[in-house]
Parts: sequence; structure tokens; C-alpha cells
Amino acid sequence: MLRTTLAAALLASAAPVWAATHMIAPGADAAEKLQEALIMAAPGDEIVLAAGRYPLRDGLSLDVAGVTVRGAGPALTILDFTGQQGSGEGLLVTSDNVTLRDFAIENPKGDGIKSKGADNIIYHRIRVTWTNGPSASNGAYGIYPVESTGILISDSEVSGASDAGIYVGQSQRITVRNSVASDNVAGIEIENSRDAIVTQNYVTRNTGGILVFDLPSLPVMGGGNVVVSGNLVAGNNTPNFAPPGNIVGNVPRGTGIMVMANENVWVDGNIVQDNPTAPFMVIAYSQRFDDARYNPFPRNVVIGENMVDSGATDPALPGAPLLLAAFGGALPPILWDGLSQAGAAPALAVTGDIAGWSLNLQRQGQALAEAQPGPLTAPEQGIKWDASAVGAPPELEARLK
Amino acid sequence: MRRSSALLAVAALALSGAIAHARLVSPQVSDAAITGASLPPKLSDFGFFIHPDAQVPTLGVTPYALNTPLWSDGADKLRFIYLPEGTRLHADGEGLLRFPVGAAIIKTFAFGEGTSRRLIETRVLLHRADGWVALPYRWNAEQTEATLALAGARIDVTSPAGEAISYRIPNKNQCKECHSLNGAVIPIGPKARNLAAEWLGDMVQAGLLDQVPEGAHRLPDWRTHATGAAAPLARAYLDVNCAHCHQPGGMASNSGLDLRWEQADPHAVGIMKRPVAAGRGAGGHEFAIVPGAPDQSILAYRLSSAEPGVAMPELGKSTVDPDGVAVVRRWILEMKTQ
Repeated sequence: MLRTTLAAALLASAAPVWAATHMIAPGADAAEKLQEALIMAAPGDEIVLAAGRYPLRDGLSLDVAGVTVRGAGPALTILDFTGQQGSGEGLLVTSDNVTLRDFAIENPKGDGIKSKGADNIIYHRIRVTWTNGPSASNGAYGIYPVESTGILISDSEVSGASDAGIYVGQSQRITVRNSVASDNVAGIEIENSRDAIVTQNYVTRNTGGILVFDLPSLPVMGGGNVVVSGNLVAGNNTPNFAPPGNIVGNVPRGTGIMVMANENVWVDGNIVQDNPTAPFMVIAYSQRFDDARYNPFPRNVVIGENMVDSGATDPALPGAPLLLAAFGGALPPILWDGLSQAGAAPALAVTGDIAGWSLNLQRQGQALAEAQPGPLTAPEQGIKWDASAVGAPPELEARLK
Repeated sequence: MRRSSALLAVAALALSGAIAHARLVSPQVSDAAITGASLPPKLSDFGFFIHPDAQVPTLGVTPYALNTPLWSDGADKLRFIYLPEGTRLHADGEGLLRFPVGAAIIKTFAFGEGTSRRLIETRVLLHRADGWVALPYRWNAEQTEATLALAGARIDVTSPAGEAISYRIPNKNQCKECHSLNGAVIPIGPKARNLAAEWLGDMVQAGLLDQVPEGAHRLPDWRTHATGAAAPLARAYLDVNCAHCHQPGGMASNSGLDLRWEQADPHAVGIMKRPVAAGRGAGGHEFAIVPGAPDQSILAYRLSSAEPGVAMPELGKSTVDPDGVAVVRRWILEMKTQ
């Protein structure tokens, strides 16, 4: 196994010169050929998918490190799972240093592409589409890396996911960039993750645009160090079509950028327009939990200079008409539940000129009906934190060049 | 004969009926095929069976059974262990028996009774020096040979319940999805707690196991599923069918759901636990298990579905196991409400 050994030794370097290329073209046996190539590839190999549509009945999976799967472009190479009969996702990746680029996944029955425990993965020019538009019967996540360190998602597009279009969970060192998330329940969600940047994305027609969540009772918790900057978050007002029972099922339509629990989140330089329930929402985890390791409060969420409209003109909140009347026709753009952890950093600081309002809740888990809405007062300065580890490691950027 | 033992005598007895065909295949197991670096293209390359279509094992290949088996669309399963000459299994508490390098675990899936029995696939787990390798082999229509099906396959079969189903042979990676723990491939089935004390005793007698493990034979006999106590049956069923993924280090670790037999924390087992990434698999329910309310429990909902994206387990299931669903529902129903 000289070849394998050499290729493995080369993994650390940029481009093994003698890596093999496996060419796959559409045709009757394409599905089997593709899955065989995904199994038999050696580290450093490239699997090239010619343009065309590939009908697939079963989920694909890749478990070899350092493999690139490359199509002819997200409009041209289409892995079509409309007739899928098995597996929980279209493509599952469980190996490190994998690059997925230039192809599309359509209509997977479950998730689109899931990568689990797959460090230093790149999704570039990947499209995942449920072609029938928003529907509770669509799969949950489009692009779904989880339990991984080093994730770069760029120039990709997800629409129709019944949970989150781009969902990064229980991971660290994350960049989500230059991508489009539309017609999902959540456009982009960073959950129980650290050192992430979400930037220069177009996030529209979702129920909620960009969510930064930390949830209890998971193997990895303590989300934080997240930058949300330079995104266009516009017109996220699709009625929530998540199947009930899921946490995003609680996100009201019309939410722009939402932070729940988490520490050190910086929201700056975004254009946030036409999100009529709450352009910005910062809240504690609201449900009952039984997990001593979990901190349900947001800490040091900083909302900086963003371009935002006048605020929430059609909030999907109980008592909306009264609220609108009280605030003069539009709720101020920032909604805070009023909760912060005693003795910790303030939940929220607002360094720019964006107005807000508070529900003035007194304790975690308190019912919304007990809110006592009033104007927001928040510190004008956040607390500095070390952002040097935020984003995908530089070697991932280098691999794309 | 390399060994003399009660077990082998039984195998030899079965063999006598098959002697006419025995010359067609290797009478010895190929240790090189098990431990080499290649992926043998044919099941016969291993020489596990002296009479393949009757599944008569070669000497040194020992059949075994599990108290509570994994459901696979109602397929009959024929399970075997191969140990290289001069080696034996080692007891390791109630968990997996420890296998020497060079060992193999073989499982054949079949549908139909008696003369109409059809072998569909044989999965092998090979214990090589650098770890376990899992490979699927698909039987030909003549039932004379099974060939490596790296990419898996779909086969139309009629289930024992009379249902026409598209049976899925998993691909090599899918084998690993269930068989992986902390990134390494491991066996799932032969845990001491799920093996009959009698079989373990026979193995010790035959010199193939160092001692009967502590905690052997704890899982109930699944044949008692209709009338036996629900809790042990359900926990055994979840352990055997779900816990290889739903445990820390397993493929579904990120769900936080831990369905292992030994997990004592009710929340980790799913009681009043909210879903994480269930998507439409939640079926409109808020908790994995709501005590007393199987109809509101995601666990029962997903077990009761055969639809990809909803169905659990995700792999190796084209149809719902009515007996498994009934036991799990009975367990949830009997649970004290909070």
C-alpha cells in the first residue's frame, strides 16, 4: 500500500501531485459508481462529477480523509434525492480535510449534507434545494456540519429547509460566508458553537434570518465568540413551517438576527430590513431545563452599527396591536427579554444608535404574558474579548485557492 | 480436525448432510483473507462455509445467537464467530467479548422458510491488525456465491409479514455508521449481557473463551416480547437496535440521547428530553418520551415510521417492527407520569 501511505503522508501539504481523479458521469450505474468511488478513494484523491442529473435512491457517504468531491457547478451537477428510499441525509461525511464543491443536492428526505466529526471541511459553491419551497415535509437541515473543528462554508445556497438552511452545531472555528439562505425556517443557525463568523451572506424569506443559539443537555455546550457582520438580512417573514416540537418552531416569523443564551456575540455592519417582528432579538433560553452545566442567559451580546429600518411594524407577538399603539406604530428594532445573569456581563450592549424595547421579564422561563414592556436601556459599551480564533483556520482558505 | 469440542461435534453432525457439496469450497478458513489488506471480492474467499447455501460452517466457525436481536425487516439471521487456531475470546464484563486479531464475525440475512429460504446478504467483520473492517456481500440468485457489494444494493423481497419491500444492503460506509464508536469500527452484537449463559459456558468448555463473563445473559429473551415485563424488554430492544448510534461517541452522539442498557439517567434515555435535530422526525411532539403517553413520544413515533427522514433507525430498516413498537409503547404507557 505504498500509494496510500504516501498519500496519507502528504495530507498535511496542500495538493498531492499524484492524487488520483475518479471521473463519474450520469448514467444507469452512476449512483453505484459514485458510492464506490467515495469508498475506494485514497486520501488526496478527487472525485469529479460531470454535469447532469444523478437520481439517487440511497444516501451517499464519505469516510476517507482529504478527498475532494467536485461537480461542474451548483446549477449543472445535481444529485437528485427526490426518489430517496433510505438514510437520514443525502450525503454524510465522517472524515477530516474534505472539500465539497460545485454541486447541488435536491429534495433529500432528511438533511442535505451532514458532516459529523469531520474537521477542516469546506463547503464551496454547494446548493441544497427543496424544490417545492417551504414545507413541513422537507428535510431539516440543508448544510449540516456538527461536532467538528474547522468549517468553511462559502458561496453556497440553501432553500426550503424545514429547520435551518445552514446549520452549524456543537463545533468551533467556523466561517459562513458569501452564501444565500432563503425560504427556510431559520436561514443560518450557529448552535452550541464557538469562534464563528457569519458574514456577507444574503438571508431572506426565512421565518428567522440568522440565529445564534445555545441549548441545554447536549454533549457540547457553552456557545459564544460569534461575529455576525456585513450580512443582508431582509424580508424574513415566512410563516413558521417547522414541524412542531423543534426549537426553531418557536421562532416568530419576521425575526432578523436572534441570539439566545451564548456569550460574546458581536452584531455589526449588517443591513437588516423588513423583518417585522424583531430586526434584532436577544433572549434567554425560555424553556425549563435540568442541566447544571448550562447557562441560559445571553452575556455580552453587542449590537453595533447596523443599517436597520424603523423596526417591527407587524410583530407576530401576543398583544401586538396594543404594543404597536404604545410604541407609536412600530416597535423599536431591538427586542430584549430583560433577562441577564446576576453577577455576569450585561446581557446586551448597544454601541450604535439603534433603539430597543424590553419585555422586562424577571426570571428565566417566565411566561410572555407576564411581560411588562418598556423602553430598552443598555450599556453603550460591551466587554472586549479575544476574537483572534474566530473563523475557519487559514489553511482552509488556502485550500480554496 | 483442528479442535475437538462439543461445539464442533455439532457442526460436524450438520456437515454430514452436506458432504456431497463440500468439495466445491475450501474446507479451511483463509486467515490471509481475514487479516490481509485487500477486500476479498467473494465470500467464498474466506472459506467460512463448507456448504454455503445451507450455511454449514467450516470447522472453527461457531454459530451463536442473541437473546434480543437487531430487527432487520424480519430477516432471519445466521450468526457465526471465527477464531484463528490457538486463540480465544476474552471476557470483559457484561459488554463486548474481546476478540483476538484474526477473528471474524459473520452474519447472514435470509428470508423465507425451509426450501424456499433465500440468502440475501452476508456481512462480515474482520479483526485486522489495524482494527475491524466491515464488508457486505450479496448472494447470487443461484445461492452459490456472495460477492462484495461495496456500494450496497437494493433487492425486492417479501417480508415474513407478506409485505413486498425494497430491502437495502448497506454500503461499506453505512456498515461503519452503526459499527463506529469514537471513530473506530467495533462489533455490536456479541455482548456478554446479550448472550446465553449456556453458550458462553460451552465456549469456555471448548477452550474458545477464557471465562464466563460477569453480567452475562442479562438481556431478556426476545421471544417473550408479547408477555414479558415491558421495561427490560424495551430497554434491551433500544440497546440492541438504537444504542450503537445513540450513545456518547456514536454516530448520533450530537442528539444527546443515550439509549444504552446501562444508562440510568431518565433524561438521557429520552424521558421529557426535547429533540435537537429531529426536524420533521419529531412528528409534532415535544419530547422523546412522555411517560404514560406513547402517542406523544417522538421515540415511538419514529420507530413506527418507515419513511426516510422520519424513520428510526435510519439504516437497515424498510419496514416497521410491530413487536418492537408494541414493547416500547407498552413500556412508555406503564411509566409513571410526572
